[in-house]
Amino acid sequence: MATRAPDRPTAVPRHRSERFSRQLAYRLDVKASPYAYVMPFLLVFCAFGLFPLVYTAWVSLHDWTLLSDVHKFVGLDNFAFLLGDEYFWNATFNTVSIGLVSTVPQLLLAIWLAHLLNRPLRAQTLFRVTLLLPNVTSVVAVVVIFSQLFGRDYGLINWVLSWFGVGAIDWNAGTASSHVAISTMIMWRWTGYNALIFLAAMQAVPRDLYEAATIDGASGFTQLRKITIPMIKPTIVFVVVTSTIGAMQVVAEPLLFGTYSPTGGPDRQYQTLSLFIYENFAKLDFGYASAISWMMFVFIVIAAGINYLLTRRSGGNLT
Amino acid sequence: MIPRLGSGKARTLTYLTLIAVVFFSALPLYYSVVVASRDNSALADVPPPLWPGGNFVANVEKVFDTVPFALALLNSVLVAGSIAIAVMFFSTLAGFAFAKLRFRGRNALLLITVATMMVPTQLGIIPLYLIMVKLEWTGSMYALIVPALVNAFGVFFMTQFLSRALPTELLEAGRVDGCTTWGLFWHVVLPVARPAAAVLGMLTFMSAWNDYFWPLVVLTPENPTVQVALSTLAAGYVSDYALSLTGTTLGTLPLVIVFALLGKQIIGGIMQGAVKG
Repeated sequence: MATRAPDRPTAVPRHRSERFSRQLAYRLDVKASPYAYVMPFLLVFCAFGLFPLVYTAWVSLHDWTLLSDVHKFVGLDNFAFLLGDEYFWNATFNTVSIGLVSTVPQLLLAIWLAHLLNRPLRAQTLFRVTLLLPNVTSVVAVVVIFSQLFGRDYGLINWVLSWFGVGAIDWNAGTASSHVAISTMIMWRWTGYNALIFLAAMQAVPRDLYEAATIDGASGFTQLRKITIPMIKPTIVFVVVTSTIGAMQVVAEPLLFGTYSPTGGPDRQYQTLSLFIYENFAKLDFGYASAISWMMFVFIVIAAGINYLLTRRSGGNLT
Repeated sequence: MIPRLGSGKARTLTYLTLIAVVFFSALPLYYSVVVASRDNSALADVPPPLWPGGNFVANVEKVFDTVPFALALLNSVLVAGSIAIAVMFFSTLAGFAFAKLRFRGRNALLLITVATMMVPTQLGIIPLYLIMVKLEWTGSMYALIVPALVNAFGVFFMTQFLSRALPTELLEAGRVDGCTTWGLFWHVVLPVARPAAAVLGMLTFMSAWNDYFWPLVVLTPENPTVQVALSTLAAGYVSDYALSLTGTTLGTLPLVIVFALLGKQIIGGIMQGAVKG
């Protein structure tokens, strides 16, 4: 029998030194392996995640273009210019507006859909798969499809609206109409996904709570309000925060909607912050684009923080 | 017992609502097939065409003539495929370490991992581009593959799965039998991790296939991925919706087929990851 667990029972070491080196190898293996295993992740993350984020701050303090090798240090000039740039505030307004119009109805709808699916239904799988189908479709595809649907002259949506006497809407042209169109694309792509996440949380709610409520005569809606929503509050907070972060980064939809242009429409009526970054990136003005990135990061942290506090608070009131 | 669905009326209403949702989820995709199979001039008809026509093959040929679509498909398969395989492997490796091995700094590193899931990487896109310029990877698929070899979500996903599904006794038994840590990973962890890793691989493949902004920034229209080619198509031919939507249909079809076959597992994975997140 072996005296030590890690050694093979058959391989009894012949020499003391061999035994020692085996122990050493075993120790080294146990101590070093974990670090070796997480190393690929850490390397990739530091090189392509953390470093770029920090380096953005450094670039933002310079007059930095790709055309010149000299990058003049300008301090906070880029930020000072940014705060006085009306295009920046326009992009901020558009981002918040599209964010609200797309996220608020989307999450309410998602909770309701999850509530409907959280029952014994026929064809559960079919419903779930179709709910996620829009999310499998790429952003580019979504925008191309919806640009056709929202077309002024031959779009399906204006055609349907014309039954109700609505004249042809030029969805691209107006601020409000373009925001509605872009929000529709975002909603179409993400509602089902979020509904499934809510559904997953709802399935973890103990069934006897609903039984007791049903016996007490509580309606489905009351059960949703008084049991489900308070019970899945952590998931709601999670989804609200991730949706906020996502909404702050909307870029492909406004870029591809209508005429492909980084200004987001001729009057910048739907240029988001990310698109504003891309516009300056395309102009090779990296210093300024980096300054916008950092301001956007600050906005994201603030928006996510506010939403985190709000959802936690309102959830508390419901219980 | 499962909760009652309520009266017959409520049941009907539930089904009607869900069928409406199915309808609106599928309609845009259906309509893109309709447009893709028509001549562009047919779109000016009132009422608009509502069922597929016979022009699909001609449109497909035109797509391949207009943009390097075959190359784009090849690139996308290569990029999404290698990213998916790498993410599966490295995430399982790191997940094993986080879930089952003891080492100094484990909790701190795990916390960082979770926190980075929230950080919008899009903000670092300018330095990332500068890195690619330095490495001379702009315009090449390396620029897409290397930064995506492993990500925080994958590591977290596998950590969660392995800490639940991998019995510690199994690892101890392996140690008694003289397995090195690598041996444990290879012979014990990998077989257990396979189902979760497969789901992770599919999710990763889909998101890599659909990724648009970074490829747009770093690639050229001459050597595109499918999404970049699609946007070139849409940008150059704003009025030719038949052509754009044919490209869209071609680029979406592979994923929709995969999803139709494996949707149940993919959804299971998303819902599992969600509860833990």
